[in-house]
Amino acid sequence: MSESAQATAIAFENVDVARGSVPVLHGFTLAIPAGETLALVGRSGAGKSTILKLINRLLLPDSGDVLVESRSTRDWSRFELRRRTGYVMQEVGLFPHMSIEENIATVPRLLGWEASRIAARVKELLDLVGLDAATFSERRPDQLSGGQRQRVGVARALAADPPILLMDEPFGALDPVTRGEMHREFRRIQRLVRKTVVLVTHDMAEAFALGTRVGVLADGALAMIGEPAAVARSSDPRVRPLLEPLMEATGVFAGTR
Amino acid sequence: MTLLHFWRTHASEFASLFGQHVLLVGASTLVAILAGVPIGILAARRPRVGAPIVWLANVVQTIPSLAMFGFLLPLPLVGGLGARVAIFVLILYALLPIIRTTTAGLRSIDHVLVEAGTAMGMTPSQLLREVELPLALPSIVAGIRVAAVIGVGTATIAAAVGAGGLGEYIFRGLSMVDPTVILAGAIPSAALALAIDGALTLVERALKRGTRARGGRATAIVASAMILIAAGVAGAAYARRGGAEVIRVGSKNFTEQIVLGEIVAQTIESRTSLRVERRLNLGGTFICDRALRSGDIDAYVEYSGTAQTAIFHGPVDTDARRVFEEITRRYAEAGLTVLDPLGFENTFAMLVRGDVATTLGLRTLSDAAAHAPSWRAGFGYEFLQRADGYPGLARTYGLRFVAPPTAMDLSLIYRAVAQGQVDFVAGDATSGLIDAYGLAMLEDDRHYFPPYDAAIVARAPVLLAHPEVRTALSALSGRITLADMRRMNRAVDADHRDPADVARQFLATVGHP
Repeated sequence: MSESAQATAIAFENVDVARGSVPVLHGFTLAIPAGETLALVGRSGAGKSTILKLINRLLLPDSGDVLVESRSTRDWSRFELRRRTGYVMQEVGLFPHMSIEENIATVPRLLGWEASRIAARVKELLDLVGLDAATFSERRPDQLSGGQRQRVGVARALAADPPILLMDEPFGALDPVTRGEMHREFRRIQRLVRKTVVLVTHDMAEAFALGTRVGVLADGALAMIGEPAAVARSSDPRVRPLLEPLMEATGVFAGTR
Repeated sequence: MTLLHFWRTHASEFASLFGQHVLLVGASTLVAILAGVPIGILAARRPRVGAPIVWLANVVQTIPSLAMFGFLLPLPLVGGLGARVAIFVLILYALLPIIRTTTAGLRSIDHVLVEAGTAMGMTPSQLLREVELPLALPSIVAGIRVAAVIGVGTATIAAAVGAGGLGEYIFRGLSMVDPTVILAGAIPSAALALAIDGALTLVERALKRGTRARGGRATAIVASAMILIAAGVAGAAYARRGGAEVIRVGSKNFTEQIVLGEIVAQTIESRTSLRVERRLNLGGTFICDRALRSGDIDAYVEYSGTAQTAIFHGPVDTDARRVFEEITRRYAEAGLTVLDPLGFENTFAMLVRGDVATTLGLRTLSDAAAHAPSWRAGFGYEFLQRADGYPGLARTYGLRFVAPPTAMDLSLIYRAVAQGQVDFVAGDATSGLIDAYGLAMLEDDRHYFPPYDAAIVARAPVLLAHPEVRTALSALSGRITLADMRRMNRAVDADHRDPADVARQFLATVGHP
């Protein structure tokens, strides 16, 4: 394996995707280095979720290639690929008929881990996401608050220690206070686990809060990608409208953290 | 006879009928689950393939159960008398609710959960096992509950084809016009339905509340109960098979036939060393005839005129001797032997209320024809259809009624005319209820009805293999008079005595010929 292959976890090469006759992505090209947290921002319908689905082969491109660990998603076994990419979504999607422990253990179970190894891993993950294992293991999803559910969602996505984590509007359904808390939690967890994270959001503040790089999507292509500070200073007419709500909220936008 | 007394005196019979009922419902529901759930999954996944199957199950559901038994009886493999055809019919009825709720349960699952499972790398079968089926399970159990409750009800009808079960009491009670006997079958059947409904409702609730582990346990309990029941059925079927030296005696579904069936059965039991299996109270003439030809029964009592017109579709003939020779020949061609007549004739009795006959001075059917236009008539299903039944009778006497005759169950006819719900009915000349209800029988003065001499019809190979059976049964020839038959019918119908006792007493008085 070459040096660059190790460095680039995910690459989009000239990808076209259309939904019916409507193009969603057109000539989309992007390289995501291993270990970075890329936050993709765009309006609804900008193709954010499509990008995630291309990575874990919930979708295949109409033309072009998506490479995960240098291998085209067409050549991956879809089940193997998905078990190596954690997936966190806004609705969380915890299985209501399973306990918290069983939910987190889903992928390890699919991979055929031994029961003792699964139990140890579940406990470790509950600790990681800040939930007390003794209290929460046996609970059902409907006995948890929204923030607790999303912590479990993150733990479930990380269960089999996948190198890649995909997050689709993960904290969008939470109230602002909880969301802020989850942002801090995410940064703490990411410092510990160092995954390649691709996160999509319509909220520029969230993108700045979480991303080591921020990409702005418009009309099926990347309008801009760069460090949060560079994006914040952009005068690109496709980027400015996404920044405006931030400036209104804070009066003067004072750069990034 | 009170209900409790009836159950006490029939305890072992009750236990076995109740057991049969549970087995019929259990076995059919189990098979319907094994077939219905996969069909339901298919229908949810591939609506284009599934829709026709669901449509078919829908159509099946609309067929009245008795008609369904009628369709299936002559078919190979699933047809014939007994538990097999009953279970098959019950399966067909149980399929629809199970397919429906499986499909509905799968379709109602939040797509987010399916997407989550897929994104985690579940294969379609893992998704089904881990996510979709567990989430659809409460809905599927609801379908099983509906199917089982319907099954308990439908299984009572299965007694008409000799499958046993609690319906035996209901049919027996209907033909004896004895509400106690009807209730002896109907109450436990209703209780069984309620118990199943309650138990499965609990399972359903536990599944909705519980997590995967608990749901799994509940499912395991239900599944093992089902398997136990299936094992029981297999055991019972196997046990039934044992012992080839069995003579199966059948009868139609009215009192006289049941008493005659008992007389035939008890005669074989007391005069030979063979075991007798009673398949009494089967449906009408057609079911008995098919059962005899297919070997599901070995003997039953038929009436010459009925055989001539209803079975062999011959012309209506009023010469008793010619008719008997004709049916003997026709039966022989089918490998069946008619023994000499038992001695009495059970012709159709055209009945009106006694006080009506006295007031109007009615003695014959010709007398009655003048008054018929202001009357309502009630006839059994067979009488309405048969060549020697209502159409010819109406032609012969120029009978017209206020409205087309009402089709009624034979067992209800006597009471219906006695209570004035109808004015004119066709009953049996030998019925004990004619005297009990004070009805008047009108004379067939134009000799429309053919002779109806009662005679035992048996499978020729059985009589050849067991000449002692032939000897025993032939001894009954000419021994049962019309008066004997009316008395025995009355003992059962009016005095609510047990047909087996009545038969035993009769055989004792004639000194076991």
